[in-house]
Amino acid sequence: MKKKKNSLDHNQGWALLFCGPNILFFIIFFLWPAVIGLYYSFTNYDGWRNMDFIGLKNYIDLFQDSQFYSVFWNTVKYVVVSVPLGMVVSLFLAMLLNDETIKGNSFTRVLVYWPTLLSTIMVGVTWKWIFGESFGVANYIIQGMGLPKVGWFSTPTAAFWTTIIASVWSGCGVNMLIYLGGLKQIPADLYEAATIDGANTWQRFRNITIPSLKPVTFMILLTSMINAFKVFAMVQTLTNGGPGTATTYMIQYIYQTGFTRNRHGYASAASMILFVVLLLISFFQTRLNAKSEE
Amino acid sequence: MVKASNRTIIIKSIVAIIFALIWVFPVVWLLLSSFKPGSELFTYPLTLFPKDWSADGYVSTFQRYNILQSTYNTAFITIFATIITLVISCMCGFALAKYHYKWLSAFFMCMLATTMLPTEVIMSPSFTVILNLGLYNSLWGAIIPTVGTMTGVFLMRQFFISVPNELLEAARIDGANEGRSFLQIMVPLCRSQIAILAIFSFRWRWNDYIWPLLALTDPTKYTMQLQLRTLSGAESVDWSALLSFSVITMIPVLVVFIIFNRQIMSSEVSSGVKG
Repeated sequence: MKKKKNSLDHNQGWALLFCGPNILFFIIFFLWPAVIGLYYSFTNYDGWRNMDFIGLKNYIDLFQDSQFYSVFWNTVKYVVVSVPLGMVVSLFLAMLLNDETIKGNSFTRVLVYWPTLLSTIMVGVTWKWIFGESFGVANYIIQGMGLPKVGWFSTPTAAFWTTIIASVWSGCGVNMLIYLGGLKQIPADLYEAATIDGANTWQRFRNITIPSLKPVTFMILLTSMINAFKVFAMVQTLTNGGPGTATTYMIQYIYQTGFTRNRHGYASAASMILFVVLLLISFFQTRLNAKSEE
Repeated sequence: MVKASNRTIIIKSIVAIIFALIWVFPVVWLLLSSFKPGSELFTYPLTLFPKDWSADGYVSTFQRYNILQSTYNTAFITIFATIITLVISCMCGFALAKYHYKWLSAFFMCMLATTMLPTEVIMSPSFTVILNLGLYNSLWGAIIPTVGTMTGVFLMRQFFISVPNELLEAARIDGANEGRSFLQIMVPLCRSQIAILAIFSFRWRWNDYIWPLLALTDPTKYTMQLQLRTLSGAESVDWSALLSFSVITMIPVLVVFIIFNRQIMSSEVSSGVKG
């Protein structure tokens, strides 16, 4: 008995050794910045000299800052449009390309997937080239159809949609693959039985496909929402947050407030608010997911 | 599956082809544009293929921007970060799968929590950390912070859970210590997982923007992404250089994808998260 305990303790040392580097990196590059960030949010830190404790002032100011509200609202709008749209397109593509009897499908899957490999900046550059107002191919095609050209980066609504298009285009591949994996798990005899019972395509989709994909959908929803909230380099490259601040989203706002305007304390308060939002989202989704599985 | 009729197959194929074209068009357009001479880039009517093919954009990009330096920097970061990621993720994943202590599961929960607070959200304090560690303006500043990845650890843990405990027990009975059985039995088993993580890590680090942005300030230390960002963020964008430069940056990832596309796409389903 005593020997067993000893060997267990011995193994505990090994476990610590194996995990050591990751624990260390977790503390240094996650926990430490998180704690500093929380502290900064209560100070007027300007990245250089001032770091006075000012209590909740940053938070109070933020809640009265109309620019913060507009950025926050922009971000929410971006998330609420891009995430569901991306998911619908991914699911549609997955169902379209699920049929193994069609030969070209596996190749199409490769084509749809591969933009996910591009860097976020690369995605921005690609679409910036397409949406160029006086030279881009998008306006060329639109004018070819006899329509007036669109000021993609000078009208807020158009600029918003360029960010949505770029995000759906670059993000769909992964979600499509995950949905394909989910579709493959649904037993074929479920569909057969439903067909024999006289269910049409829509009914089969509504009553078999959708419920079977629920767990996968929850996972995709959570990761896509977090990814959408932290969008930064892609939009910065594409629209640079403009026109004005129409497509300035949270991370770019935090970055500019911190590093361009040297208001690190204020930026950190915004970071903490975003963190709480992400935390709430994952909390509610996990709860919802658990509930639906009961 | 319900047997599809010929008509459905034809309709499905056509729709699939349309989507494939939509998805592939932006990058093909960028690629073909990069071979147009500067005068042809902005003159309507636009043509899909260059009227006369020219590599001028590439030549001037090579002459005016220090591409070799930024390629070297990016490759340096990618290679060392990937090696360290592989070693520590393999060890940590093994420990999380094969030992059962309370603090280990607590640590695993902590790792999962890192997705809730990505570095993007806390850039100011992360910068402070880099500064305090003396990593500022060093390539290691874009390497060390990135090596502990939740996805990597998770991938390895999932694999080691599927390895039967008996293997480890047998080695213990034979008197091998944990380190030896890990190195001699476990590591060889997970070769294919290591390959997958290596491919993922290569892509993450090659495309990484946030940590190089925080850590590197000297243009001679810039990675390709930082240089791409500088080019595309300029007041008046030099499109000719930007197009050819962006094509150059995506070549390595494209080559790796062409070689390993089967492995990449099937492992994406099981991990599904970004590092």
